[in-house]
Amino acid sequence: MTHLGYLLAGWGIALVVLGVYGCGVVRRGRRLAGTVPEGEDRWMTSRGENQGG
Amino acid sequence: MADSTTSTGSPGSRILGLTTLLGLAGLLLFAFALTEPDVRLHPTTGEEFGQFDAVRLLYLHVPMAVLTYVAFLTCAVASAGYLLKRGAWWDVTAHASAEVGTVFCGLVLVTGSIWGKPVWNTWWEWGDVRLMTTLVLFLLFTGYLALRRTPAEPQRQARRAAVVALVAVLDIPLINRSVEWWENRTLHQQSTLAELKIEDLTLFTLMLGFVVFGLVFAWLMLHRFRVGWLEQAQADRDMALAIAERHAEMETLDVDAAIGRTGGGK
Repeated sequence: MTHLGYLLAGWGIALVVLGVYGCGVVRRGRRLAGTVPEGEDRWMTSRGENQGG
Repeated sequence: MADSTTSTGSPGSRILGLTTLLGLAGLLLFAFALTEPDVRLHPTTGEEFGQFDAVRLLYLHVPMAVLTYVAFLTCAVASAGYLLKRGAWWDVTAHASAEVGTVFCGLVLVTGSIWGKPVWNTWWEWGDVRLMTTLVLFLLFTGYLALRRTPAEPQRQARRAAVVALVAVLDIPLINRSVEWWENRTLHQQSTLAELKIEDLTLFTLMLGFVVFGLVFAWLMLHRFRVGWLEQAQADRDMALAIAERHAEMETLDVDAAIGRTGGGK
């Protein structure tokens, strides 16, 4: 296979960055969910519209 | 597996995540094993030319570029929605799509640079209008995210960010049309699909790339949106607690004043 180094670098960097970013978002969510009382995880309710912001 | 009450996960997001991982495995199989390299024969000399195996970066770079547009256009629509309706939903959507879009845009620049070296024999070309307008887009939305982190009254900050997003997104038509408007100032071909004479399995793999990276984008957006909701809930809760503490302080002072205990009294 030609250009193997470029292929590994391109695909590798993209998948690692997306994976690290995705894990970071999930970790942020877990940390925040622990501080917000149950029932205020508002994506599961309809009370969020026109609040805050 | 985390309970949905202590994470941004839900049964739907887990199914989406699993489908995305399976899709990525399938895409890697097609991109690296089942598709052929781009090798063409010169009609007169008979010499081989083309992108060879470097073309396998096509299945990564092009879908991410298109999803960058999708993310920033979503941000612009949500920003306009926020300015018109002032709902938190619009603001959280705009912020989430800007963050995910900036990650995708950064990767488009990096993978494009890596692809450019074997194909164009250069990592970067400062005179290439498409590269520069894409870099400008990345910097504009990096600035947008920096603006969102500055300390400010939340509604004012959301309004400012919405205006910045609506201005920044005007760069997208420039990027998209740059290869036609400044065709002598870009290394990019006008139509990748036509230039590479994409057909059959190569075309199928590219379409699979759009679907799989679309799933990655959707999964990231879903979780980042929920993180935004939780941030809003936490900010609302902190504000309510601060107000309650202030009220309690005021009531204590009122009681003290009523019974004459202020100012060093008995």
